[in-house]
Amino acid sequence: MSILFRTYIRFTLLLLLATLAFGVLSSFAFLYPEIYNHYLPFYQLHPMHVSAALFWIISGATACIIYYKQEAFAQENKKSNAVDIFICLWIATILTIFGFYAFRQFGGREYWEFPPFLCIPLLASWLILMTSYLTSLTKATDRKPLYILMWTTGIAFFLVTFIEQNLWQIPWFRQSLLRDITVQWKANGSMVGAWNQMIYGTSLFIMIKISGDKSIAENKKVLFFYFLSITNLMFNWGHHIYNLPTTSWVRHVSYIISMTEWIFLISIIHGFKSKLEERRKLKHLVSYKFLIAAEFWLYANLVLAIMMSIPAINRYTHGTHITVAHAMGSTIGINTMILLAGIGYMLRVDELPLKQKKAIATGYYITQVSLAVFWAALIAAGMIKGYRNTVLNMSNFQEMMQPVLSALKIFSLAGLGVFAGLLPVIAVYLKAVKNLKPEHNQ
Amino acid sequence: MTRIILTSLLLSFCCYTVLVYLYCDTNKIPPGDIARNGWAVWQKNNCQSCHQVYGLGGYMGPDLTNIAAVRDRKHLYTFIKYGTGRMPNLQLPDEDVNAVIEWLSWVNKTGETKVAASAVRWTGTYSINKQQ
Ligand code: HEC
Ligand code: HEM
Repeated sequence: MSILFRTYIRFTLLLLLATLAFGVLSSFAFLYPEIYNHYLPFYQLHPMHVSAALFWIISGATACIIYYKQEAFAQENKKSNAVDIFICLWIATILTIFGFYAFRQFGGREYWEFPPFLCIPLLASWLILMTSYLTSLTKATDRKPLYILMWTTGIAFFLVTFIEQNLWQIPWFRQSLLRDITVQWKANGSMVGAWNQMIYGTSLFIMIKISGDKSIAENKKVLFFYFLSITNLMFNWGHHIYNLPTTSWVRHVSYIISMTEWIFLISIIHGFKSKLEERRKLKHLVSYKFLIAAEFWLYANLVLAIMMSIPAINRYTHGTHITVAHAMGSTIGINTMILLAGIGYMLRVDELPLKQKKAIATGYYITQVSLAVFWAALIAAGMIKGYRNTVLNMSNFQEMMQPVLSALKIFSLAGLGVFAGLLPVIAVYLKAVKNLKPEHNQ
Repeated sequence: MTRIILTSLLLSFCCYTVLVYLYCDTNKIPPGDIARNGWAVWQKNNCQSCHQVYGLGGYMGPDLTNIAAVRDRKHLYTFIKYGTGRMPNLQLPDEDVNAVIEWLSWVNKTGETKVAASAVRWTGTYSINKQQ
């Protein structure tokens, strides 16, 4: 593992730490604005938290692909200048973005709230990474298992959606508010699908490594689910904007496509029993633990997502904290867990001294319990707001929010728990980066 | 086989994207110059981190899609110019405050964020096109 790549892993883990710290701070700034408004207002902490979260996920996903692709492509460990340039430019741009946030300089859109010119270096670094990845891909020999297809889909669609979410800078797109919002959420919705492809690809790769069972990535069923997931990536984003008065086919298409997610759900329930034996054999492994957690959260968030994708239900949940439960439930429960498995496996955390493994295990359990409370509190907050806003039609905002704030107090405390749980995991991982022996070359 | 399915999916994606760009809004109301400046003020001050438009954005403050229908300019001016205990005073010059109010008025004209119970069909979907 080169020094630069180690730096990239460290940077990625620090992004996770920043996400957690800004998340906790912003939840308190939400509850007690009188205290925070002057020095660290919510509108400053919110983008810091959300951008850190996005960059943690994307950086983590790319780190795993950069590392595991050599083995997946059966190529020898060669230093790649393109990857080095990507890492430097990517890190430098993200640090600059936080510099702008520190001075309250915004100008972007939801989730990308920094001044938009900073998208240029982000785009450039992605193009460099993608070129390097595709060059290695074309040189790779023989069959290409499913995880390679997933990585490739993810990397390519990230580029497409990143460009699409910047189209608002062309005046034509802003001639209509409905078009602007539609394109924005089309891009953001599909982008989540893109990083999921990168992350699920890594999860599949590690699963094969841990279990030694190559058939997981080579049967017809997984291929079918791959196609189903990219169909969803391309067409189901409309559930974000059901209430927008666009032409009705936008709603119908996404409603129909979203409902195909029932197939995922049924398949998970169906496959549950057959996995029990595997679970019993592998559960002592740290990476496997995180993969199991991701599977549980996938299940929970899928149920929530399917419910929210039915317009008649979305009418109550849209614009409430149920959306936040869906967003953070998936980004923490699924994405973060898989990334911790992927990075942990790379850092060989299963070979660490028992004491450190115990620290990870303790952190793991604290995280899962806190996350369950965190998620439930957000759903409760959303249900209360949905009821008061849509059923009772309350017009006074302060009055409507009063009981919502009580649920959010529980959420904030549980958020502290998530922070406390992930802290030892991050600490042990950072130490493992430092102590990684030279023979563990990538 | 994989290649054929992938190619057809990609082609459908491209066609659908073009259709969405061109026809998702069949009743376009373009913004005036001041409203367009107001849009930039909205983004530069990150109002979206606390407020929603059509339910999208942060949740600390209220959804402002149709605020211009229920509050007059003076009320809006006071809130945006001075803030409240919960909303910070963003120290905006009058020109920016007025531009953002103009933007909010334009946003209001594009439709309603709340879906009426009567608009929900038996299939679970809505009929809420403005022109209907
Ligand atoms: C830190 C979060 C925050 C930011 C940033 C913010 N607001 Fe607010 N805003 C609020 C809250 C909270 C309320 C509700 C006020 C209250 O109850 O005290 C509010 C209320 C309002 C209202 C009055 C709504 C009503 O029902 O009368 C308007 C208009 C408004 N904001 C516009 C804006 C604009 C325009 C911007 C950007 C220039 C902005 N706000 C930025 C939090 C914020
Ligand atoms: C790995 C950890 C985390 C990730 C990946 C993450 C991710 C996200 C994302 C993607 C959003 C945007 C949601 C949306 O707009 O719908 C968000 C919002 C938010 N998160 Fe987190 N989050 C994490 C941890 C936390 C923690 C520990 C807290 C502390 C309580 C927290 C508090 C918040 C708050 C207050 C918001 C804003 C909600 C609003 O708009 O009102 N987050 N987070």
